[in-house]
Amino acid sequence: MARTEQQSNEKYSGRWFWRYASPATFYPLAGTLEKICWIIAAVLTVIGLYLGLLRAPVDAQQGEVYRVIFIHVPAAWMAMVLYMAMAFWCFTGLVLGTRLSFIMSHAIAPTGALMTVVALVTGSLWGRPAWGTYWVWDAKLTSFLILFFLYVGYMALAAAFDDKKKGDRASALIALVGAVNVPIIYFSTVWWNSLHQGPSVARAGGPSMAASMLAPMLILTFAFWAYCIAAVMHRVRTKIIERERDAAWLAEAVK
Amino acid sequence: MIWESWSAFWAMGGRGFYVWGSYGALAVGVIVELIALRRGRANALQSLRDNEHDA
Repeated sequence: MARTEQQSNEKYSGRWFWRYASPATFYPLAGTLEKICWIIAAVLTVIGLYLGLLRAPVDAQQGEVYRVIFIHVPAAWMAMVLYMAMAFWCFTGLVLGTRLSFIMSHAIAPTGALMTVVALVTGSLWGRPAWGTYWVWDAKLTSFLILFFLYVGYMALAAAFDDKKKGDRASALIALVGAVNVPIIYFSTVWWNSLHQGPSVARAGGPSMAASMLAPMLILTFAFWAYCIAAVMHRVRTKIIERERDAAWLAEAVK
Repeated sequence: MIWESWSAFWAMGGRGFYVWGSYGALAVGVIVELIALRRGRANALQSLRDNEHDA
């Protein structure tokens, strides 16, 4: 008796999870998540910019230009995190064939590409006064530029097929192969000599930054997380509208 | 507030171009994405309506 009860519970919890893999159930959930994340992003951006631009002290070595770090590092982190998230959804899409998976990965790509561009541009503008050059072909910067081309290649390939399902699968392969680039970016300053500094937050012995400088960077990191989730959820809902246009529930949901 | 004046704030110790260029690039990128998101949604809803009329 107890066993069958447990089995039915497992079955139920399984069903609860899979329900959210259905576009009809995820559409309103994504809408709620999007609204909450826009608010969090706005509030944390104001706090983070206030602390970073008006309260954090000048850096003893670099002067005021170090303030680029408050947006450069969050953008670079999000560029890598979003790529891994995109590759994860491509993997589940290929293996499980769930409809929502490829919608998720397609929705993530443009925001990931934007974060990559922001990290490259802010890094370049920081590099000029800090290193004396806008660009250098070292491992960190080169692998990060490759990340940008992977995002662009993924989006271009997904859009190139008339048959959406073929485009989903072909672009998913690019995304998965390209995922090896992310650990290369992350560890490049450890593995090779680079002008780019090594990790100063996730390191043995704790962060090497002063708390007054670390706080705005971490607050803006959470702001970037919230912004990216909101933007991705917005795009997920748009893609659901595009792909599920013949579904009866949709006409009701978009009213 | 660590700045003696607003002009000192905007000057960023002579590195204003690099600091404000970075923050400006982020702002432009975010605004472009927000416009693209709104346009994308409007287009999707329009083609959904067209689809309903055809049916």
